Amino acid sequence: MLARDAWLELRGRVVFWFSAAVLLVAVAMAAFPGLFAHLGPNEACDLRMSKRGPAGGALFGYDLQGCDYWSQVVHGTRASIVVGVSVTVFAMLISILLGLVGGYYGGVADAVISRLTDVFFGIPFVLGATVVLVAFPDHGIWAMTLVLVLLGWTTMTRLMRGQVIAVKDMDFVAAARMLGASDRRLMMRHILPNSVAPVIVVAMLNVGNVIAGEATLDYLGVGLQYPDVSWGLQLNIAQTFFAEHPHLLVFPALFLTATVLSFLMLGDVVRDALDPRLR
Amino acid sequence: MRYAAQRLAQAIPAFFATTFLIYAMVFVLPGDPILALAGDKPVPEQVLAVMRARYHLDEPLLVQYGRYMLGVFQGDLGETFTGQPVSELLQDRWAVTAQLALTAWVFELVVGIGLGVLAGLRRGGAADTAVLAGTTFVIAVPVFVVGYTAQILLGLNLGLFPTAGTEEGWPVSYLLPGMVLGSFGLAYVARLTRTSLVENLRADYVRTATAKGLARRRVVGLHALRNSLIPVVTYLGVDFGNLMAGAVVTEGIFNLPGIGQQVFQSIQLQEGPVVVGVVTLLVMIFILANLAVDLLYGVLDPRIRRARA
Repeated sequence: MLARDAWLELRGRVVFWFSAAVLLVAVAMAAFPGLFAHLGPNEACDLRMSKRGPAGGALFGYDLQGCDYWSQVVHGTRASIVVGVSVTVFAMLISILLGLVGGYYGGVADAVISRLTDVFFGIPFVLGATVVLVAFPDHGIWAMTLVLVLLGWTTMTRLMRGQVIAVKDMDFVAAARMLGASDRRLMMRHILPNSVAPVIVVAMLNVGNVIAGEATLDYLGVGLQYPDVSWGLQLNIAQTFFAEHPHLLVFPALFLTATVLSFLMLGDVVRDALDPRLR
Repeated sequence: MRYAAQRLAQAIPAFFATTFLIYAMVFVLPGDPILALAGDKPVPEQVLAVMRARYHLDEPLLVQYGRYMLGVFQGDLGETFTGQPVSELLQDRWAVTAQLALTAWVFELVVGIGLGVLAGLRRGGAADTAVLAGTTFVIAVPVFVVGYTAQILLGLNLGLFPTAGTEEGWPVSYLLPGMVLGSFGLAYVARLTRTSLVENLRADYVRTATAKGLARRRVVGLHALRNSLIPVVTYLGVDFGNLMAGAVVTEGIFNLPGIGQQVFQSIQLQEGPVVVGVVTLLVMIFILANLAVDLLYGVLDPRIRRARA
């Protein structure tokens, strides 16, 4: 019922359709960059064209290596989308599991999980990630994902645990227990569906934050490395030249912002739709 | 009181576990600092052994950590591998970062709460829509893009602020970097204040206060706003630690010689002692801020104090 109501509410929101459309394009670019860009990553670069601004034939101009910037920016989509989505999915699975176990059983399990959450919550994001990434210089996109998951599961875990604690004392749970449902059934069939909505909302917002975080690490030079192509890397290179060649900064920043913004707006409208109190 | 003690009892183990984790991450991960020190030249076995013994790199990790922590509580953060005391290296840099974080924090607090109240009082109005759209946008734009844009537009083109360095001292040199660093938190504070105020304005006690004939100013200022600020205070407390730790990027853009820049260089040079020193202190600040907020929370809202004790 809640999902149906939420959908009816969502259907009428312009913001929802707008951000969904942007994300659809972004996902399509990540999955099939060939549909949008006529060149492959780092293909047909001509150093003589280095840093040239937009002109006929090259809509976005050229990058430092003289590659067609439009193609490069399109190919940069994949890193952001893959990292953003996979980090969030893994972090969400971890937090649902830990939140369910900790919140439901309480006692020692809960204490251990909560303290573990405190410990990881206390690690500063940029510094923590930098320490790990510098130690493994040859990391690719999956090592980045691992590091970001490691530093990013705590907020959702706390939220999930709180939700589970609130839900597990409700009458319908007590009723199911009295009918003889096992702990596992109680958790999976009764508590999980009734406690997971806020976590999903936060996860949507989280995709945006992870993408911004990944770009920040690339920008600092500790994330992905050439010949990988990503918006953060493009912005890293742009920082030296943007005063004279603003197109180097503007285009990846525009794509990055549009993607992050869409995830945030989507999360916002879904939350509004799921929470009738705010209407 | 019991509540305070309980929180403290949770915070102390968390502090040691977090700092140990950082310590282990820095010193166990691949890359030998003594070899890094020598660059490309080969290092004789004996020199290696002597250096390892001198910096206690040959002992078990837990012993190393214990030794290190004892030092930290006596104000000794150890030495870099070139023999300079870490505390000396960081002394001036802390001041820069603290000033930057404080500027950003005050900016967040004043402007963020101001905008949030403005939006919350007229929910659905023009100001509200503008604040909501503006803050979503600010949250979405990465901080380094905000930084460079502000530097070019406000610093270089309009000449309103110095573009880089700390020559003009506090506050002039720190205004623009502070605003950039605080922009993200500002957006959160504004949204949090707005949501919280909107919820509280509908509460029964606000209706009662209005029904009693109190002036709108008094109802909002004294009754609704005070309760609305509880989650905002939490965020502001936690965020101070984030600002200190997140200053790396802003310091880089505006060339401020703070701890962020130092620690970033040190990570790349594998100067473990500096990295661990800075991160340990940051974690300490972070946990203390969290603890202070939790205690303040109890003072602000007696329900929390009683429920948790």
